[in-house]
Amino acid sequence: MKTTKQADAVEELYREEIMDHYQNPRNFGHMDGADVSYHDYNPVCGDEVTVQLKMENGTVKEAVFTGKGCAISQAAASMLTEQIHGKSVKAVVTMTQNDMLETIKINPGPVRIKCVLLALRAVQKGIVQYEANRANLAKPFSEKGLSKN
Amino acid sequence: MLNAERIREDFPILKRKVYGKPLVYLDNAATTQKPRQVIQAMNDYYETYNSNVHRAVHRLSQEATEAYDEAHEKVASFIAAKGMEEVAFTKNTTESINVLAGSLSRQLQKNDEIVLTQMEHHSNIVPWQQAAKRAGAKLRFLEIDGNGELKLQQLRETIGKKTKIVAFTHVSNVLGTINPAREIIAAAKEIGALTVVDAAQSVPHMPVSVKELGCDFMAFSAHKMLGPTGVGVLYGKEELLEKIEPVIYGGDMISEVSFEDAKWNELPWKFEAGTPNMAGAVGLAAAVDYLQKVGMENVHQHEKILTRKAMERLKQIEDLTIYGPEAGKRGGLVAFNVNGVHTHDVSAILDAEGIAVRGGHHCTMPLARLLGIPGTTRASFYLYNTNEEIDKLADALEMVTAKMNKPAMTTTQGKAAK
Repeated sequence: MKTTKQADAVEELYREEIMDHYQNPRNFGHMDGADVSYHDYNPVCGDEVTVQLKMENGTVKEAVFTGKGCAISQAAASMLTEQIHGKSVKAVVTMTQNDMLETIKINPGPVRIKCVLLALRAVQKGIVQYEANRANLAKPFSEKGLSKN
Repeated sequence: MLNAERIREDFPILKRKVYGKPLVYLDNAATTQKPRQVIQAMNDYYETYNSNVHRAVHRLSQEATEAYDEAHEKVASFIAAKGMEEVAFTKNTTESINVLAGSLSRQLQKNDEIVLTQMEHHSNIVPWQQAAKRAGAKLRFLEIDGNGELKLQQLRETIGKKTKIVAFTHVSNVLGTINPAREIIAAAKEIGALTVVDAAQSVPHMPVSVKELGCDFMAFSAHKMLGPTGVGVLYGKEELLEKIEPVIYGGDMISEVSFEDAKWNELPWKFEAGTPNMAGAVGLAAAVDYLQKVGMENVHQHEKILTRKAMERLKQIEDLTIYGPEAGKRGGLVAFNVNGVHTHDVSAILDAEGIAVRGGHHCTMPLARLLGIPGTTRASFYLYNTNEEIDKLADALEMVTAKMNKPAMTTTQGKAAK
């Protein structure tokens, strides 16, 4: 019924691995005592994810997520939690759009790239926040800038 | 009755293929395609008489001015306004409403009320929010019922003594609801409030007469009615447009300028500062010509047939929810959700079949929140759509359920929602 080209368009975007991660997400759930907890939301399409990380010696020891949204955003989140497991803070915060595209292996186009990147950006923002808090705690009291408040 | 097959011949873009399949363009509520006649009129303008209007005495400027003024006349007659003095061109519906909100906010006082509806597009909410903030006025919202229709029994509770402005959409861009404009306007008139009709989804699709409606102001866009982007219409009753202040200043909107002050130009130019979108106006005039030739009642009837068919077919699809009233009470659009499948996934699967629909919140985030959904997928029709295209839409949607709605996924969604 379908021509090869059309079949390609759907099959490529919703290839088996994507559908598998969407329907059976890995590391899906909540974690007690997480070091990093970050909720992010794409107001344009309503995709949302909450990522939670446990950190140890500057690396990601455990990563989980919850969320709802399109297949691409949720599959990307699932694949990301697997990928960052055991990675250093630096390696995670320097991950780029291209790294994410290599992981998910689809060409989402300019509109849906936001779906692909939602979880990565949440992880990165969460880690940056976590590192900033730690740096702040490590500072002598006089440098914490508390007087501003 | 109109002949959609013959009309399609006028639209070059409808011949194109998407992923090797004929384009099925069902995103007309976002923007419509343009017939050759419109494209040609704009090319003619650029190729033979492009020049600035209302200024030079040379031949080209005379021709351009004539065409530009004539475009105003045509639009005025299209909506049964008195004449071109009641029709100012803006950039789009949004800008028209911004001009009104900006200007009318100067007359608002603390605790005055502006009444909107719960089904407004952001363009008919955000400008009024800002106007209300500046004046210390309050916003009130006419509520919708479970069918996506306004609760008219609340009309006179919502529109009250403090109401100064009632601004509402004629046809909802999500629910499709055709609102009872005359009743709302009558209620507003009883207490002397000004009425603003967002006609972005009505003027392109059905006969609309400002004379019959009796509204004070109206806004709509050229690009949703076969015309080009970048031209909008601001209609106002002459005596009101005379009274209210412009909010954009500069060339062409003045009659006399000194170093200290300026006097405004006559209508409608008072609301058209700076060099306008002349080619766009010429394109809009050609679009109006085209629509008038087909006949707006014919356009409306054609869309009714398509909408009824679409709703009948979509209702058969398991797990599909349609929003808004029954076919007889709506304009030519149907918004829906395939339960458990995100609207972007629905849109992407339809896209692969060459079917262009819109997914998301359609610039009505408050409404989406009210309905408790992140968004919908919307198919919206126009005079060139066919019954066959509705079948393609329905066939493809059946595929969506088969592809995405597997039991495993339902579990995931359940967990995620928890």
